[in-house]
Amino acid sequence: MSLKTTLLLIPLLPLIGSLISGLARNQVGRAGAHWITILAVAGSCLLSVSVLQMQLAGEIGVENISIYAWMVSDGIRFEVGFLIDHLTTLMMTVVTFVSLMVHIYTIGYMHDDPGYQRFFSYINLFTFAMLMLVMSNNFLQLFFGWEAVGLVSYLLIGFWFKRESAIRANMKAFLVNRVGDFGFLLGIAAVLMTFGSLDYATVFAATPTMAGETISVMGGSEWNMLTFICICLFIGAMGKSAQAPLHVWLPDSMEGPTPISALIHAATMVTAGIFMVARMSPLFEMSDAALSFVMLIGAFTAFAMGLIGIVQNDIKRVVAYSTLSQLGYMTVALGVSAYSAAIFHLMTHAFFKALLFLGAGSVIIALHHQQDMRYMGALRKHMPITWITAWIGTLALVGFPFFAGFYSKDMIIEAVHLSQRWGSGVAYIAVVAGVLITSLYSFRLLYMTFHGKARWEVVESDEHHLPDGQLSHAPKESPLVVTVPLILLAIPSVLIGWYTVEPVLFGGWLDDSIYVAERNDVLAELSQHFHGATALGLHAVQTIPFWLMVAGFAIATFVYLFRPRVAELFSQRLPFLYRLLDHKYYFDEFYQKTFAQGGLRVGQGLWKRADAGFIDGFLVNGSARAVNWVAARVRRWQTGYLYDYAFAMIIGLIAILAAWVVLY
Amino acid sequence: MLTITHFLTLGAILFCLSVAGIFLNRKNVIILLMCIELMLLAVNMNFVTFSRFLDNLDGQVFVFFILTVAAAEAAIGLAILVVLFRNRETINVAELDDLKG
Amino acid sequence: MNELPLQEMVFYLFSFVMLASAIMVVTVRNPVYAALFLILTFFTAAAVWMLLEAEFLAIVLVVVYVGAVMVLFLFVVMMLDINIAPLKEGFIRYLPVGLLVAFVMAAEMVMVLWGKDRAVEGMFPTPAPAEPGYSNTEAVGEWLYTQYLLPFEMAGVILLVAMVAAIMLTLRKRPGVKAQNPSNQVKVRREERIKLISMPSETSNDQRGG
Repeated sequence: MSLKTTLLLIPLLPLIGSLISGLARNQVGRAGAHWITILAVAGSCLLSVSVLQMQLAGEIGVENISIYAWMVSDGIRFEVGFLIDHLTTLMMTVVTFVSLMVHIYTIGYMHDDPGYQRFFSYINLFTFAMLMLVMSNNFLQLFFGWEAVGLVSYLLIGFWFKRESAIRANMKAFLVNRVGDFGFLLGIAAVLMTFGSLDYATVFAATPTMAGETISVMGGSEWNMLTFICICLFIGAMGKSAQAPLHVWLPDSMEGPTPISALIHAATMVTAGIFMVARMSPLFEMSDAALSFVMLIGAFTAFAMGLIGIVQNDIKRVVAYSTLSQLGYMTVALGVSAYSAAIFHLMTHAFFKALLFLGAGSVIIALHHQQDMRYMGALRKHMPITWITAWIGTLALVGFPFFAGFYSKDMIIEAVHLSQRWGSGVAYIAVVAGVLITSLYSFRLLYMTFHGKARWEVVESDEHHLPDGQLSHAPKESPLVVTVPLILLAIPSVLIGWYTVEPVLFGGWLDDSIYVAERNDVLAELSQHFHGATALGLHAVQTIPFWLMVAGFAIATFVYLFRPRVAELFSQRLPFLYRLLDHKYYFDEFYQKTFAQGGLRVGQGLWKRADAGFIDGFLVNGSARAVNWVAARVRRWQTGYLYDYAFAMIIGLIAILAAWVVLY
Repeated sequence: MLTITHFLTLGAILFCLSVAGIFLNRKNVIILLMCIELMLLAVNMNFVTFSRFLDNLDGQVFVFFILTVAAAEAAIGLAILVVLFRNRETINVAELDDLKG
Repeated sequence: MNELPLQEMVFYLFSFVMLASAIMVVTVRNPVYAALFLILTFFTAAAVWMLLEAEFLAIVLVVVYVGAVMVLFLFVVMMLDINIAPLKEGFIRYLPVGLLVAFVMAAEMVMVLWGKDRAVEGMFPTPAPAEPGYSNTEAVGEWLYTQYLLPFEMAGVILLVAMVAAIMLTLRKRPGVKAQNPSNQVKVRREERIKLISMPSETSNDQRGG
């Protein structure tokens, strides 16, 4: 099988699977749908791994393959093509692997859902779109994948379309992403304007020559062209990767089924922005201003969104805010030019966050779709596998030494520490404080869910959906299709950091895909202090982040395991802070007031004043009324008497004569 | 010496008289037709005058055609008048207001 | 002293008669008189045209207009049994307006003609009289049958159409008039004249039975 065929099959298998299971869903049936889609994703996963192996063996280098020229307009080629380098392969492998796990898990989670085939069709379609996004060799295809994953995300958040909250959430996700995508589109347009091409290779090759270009923005102020492009592109990334202030859609997207939260809203799609910025590293490297912007946005998100996680009670929302915070970490890494660290964290995060989400989903199934942690507790005896894997995921998330998250997060913190970029001091404080916060909310989640007293009670009933805190039978461990993916995800959550930190970060694995200017290269500086993964893990006990993590663990243990009252006291003593966090810094309220209400008011104003008032009332009815008014008066002249017409003619004649006399 | 002004003024006055005639005899179709004949005569007067003073026969040919059309118009106008009288027993314009919507 | 300005005298005489009769046309009560005054107006106009060396048109005006059109007017006026009284209604009422309009219009026209120190005269100087032997009729005829041949023929068509239209408008079928219809007479066919009927011959049975 040639390389081209292999690469074509990787995205096309899920597409075919999606089409079959979606369009012929009644013919293939429920089992048929999950077999087809899982085999399709397994196929692309295996092929991705084989491409990875070929790269490891050095059989293929950077492959830039053009598949099909869609159209040529005014000398600009719009193509479909694949750029296969280490970055792409890494993303392909992660995406297909996590997707496969989620597919299998879905069999258990969506077991009773009437939209079973539709769901499989969607997630298969998502896999296709995500692969098109990461494998693209040009901006147009990137944009296609970008919008396609957005579409699937929209469809899946609103998967239970009979729930009003789901409809609102998917509408919100769609609208907020629109804001980001608008920036993204402007960025792509600016790229096309500046470089006259949408091909990555052409654009990146021409980037150094464009350093002096400027563009006039918003009437007058001259911006550096590349800074403008980068900030526009990053606004797109802010939308998709849910960076503040465009993050508001992600917590609400938890209205979708849990496998989706794991696959799309934690592991893969939301990392598209991170991937995109890393892919555009030759552009971003030319603009310090854009990178500073990226870093500060990321730092704010990493710190502030983690804080919200502490006060949330919905288990999925806690994990969602954790995702926001971790995406912030990745963005900070991008901002300090540690692109490899961002991609590394993206990869490890994909595994352990998918694990955490799927674990949360497992709990939710066991409690019959109860998501409120106030009605959980003491599940560890009932669900041992979920409990252990959740612990592993949590340890990976908080950055316990030797776990996956430790390596990636520690490297980001160190990179920020070393960076000379404007504002990096603030960012450093934010990411270090973020460690404490991460530790707090993660262990809080664990304790409230698996430890402490059981806050649910078993009542004898045939009814599955009882009032909050009541169950018809004791919760039991989830079936194999749920637990096997948990175990399979737990393994890389533990090992992958230790195993790959050296090649990915310091071994030059991503050197063929990512360009870092020498003056920005914090990772090169970091590598001088690097003496192997094990040494790094052992060294951890001497660093601040480790002790902050331990402090977070200690506080959480004390507060949520032994003295549950303290949390209440805290919220009563500091009502202002509590309310601020509980309302998520009033972002939603602000958007609701200004953009939603404002838009509504502008719309109503335009409707009532401009449309009904001016256009309908004045232009349309007004002209009709004017004609009516004039006609009502003019018709009096229409007497029907011959002499009146003659008179009018003579008056006209006199007027013409008078004009002649005056002018002549 | 007779200048162009003499003849043009004569035509103008004749025209104004016919306009006044239309105003004064607004009820009588026959007189209205006569006034129109007078107007045409005034116009013809101007044509002939200019023909003479420009030394160009086109004006006279034009008058010839105007006479033709005027004769046709008078014939048809009078025919309509006859039919009108036969049907309405009057030629009073004040009673002819069927055009009014 | 200059010799008597004969041309001016003729002009003023005929102009005066013409305007006076025109005034009479629009003011007299009886349409018959109006038509007669109109004839006088046309006559004098023809005389003025003679002064302008448009002899052919002057003759045509008299022959065609006075001889045909005006006579047609007289016919119609006399043929119709018109009640004149209501037709003169409002004559006095509209007199001021009519006079005002006429006056304003005349003033405007005179301003055009007489304004700027009678610049019109400068633009159109009086030409010399035609030399002896010049025939206006011949010249117009030549013009008509060469340059304006097509319009001339169209004028003929227009007159024909007007004639047909006038006849068609006034034609009416009166019931009970015993007139021949030549069209039907020509179109008639043999079958319509004789109708052959086949019937059984009468026999004695019938007589007996009757």
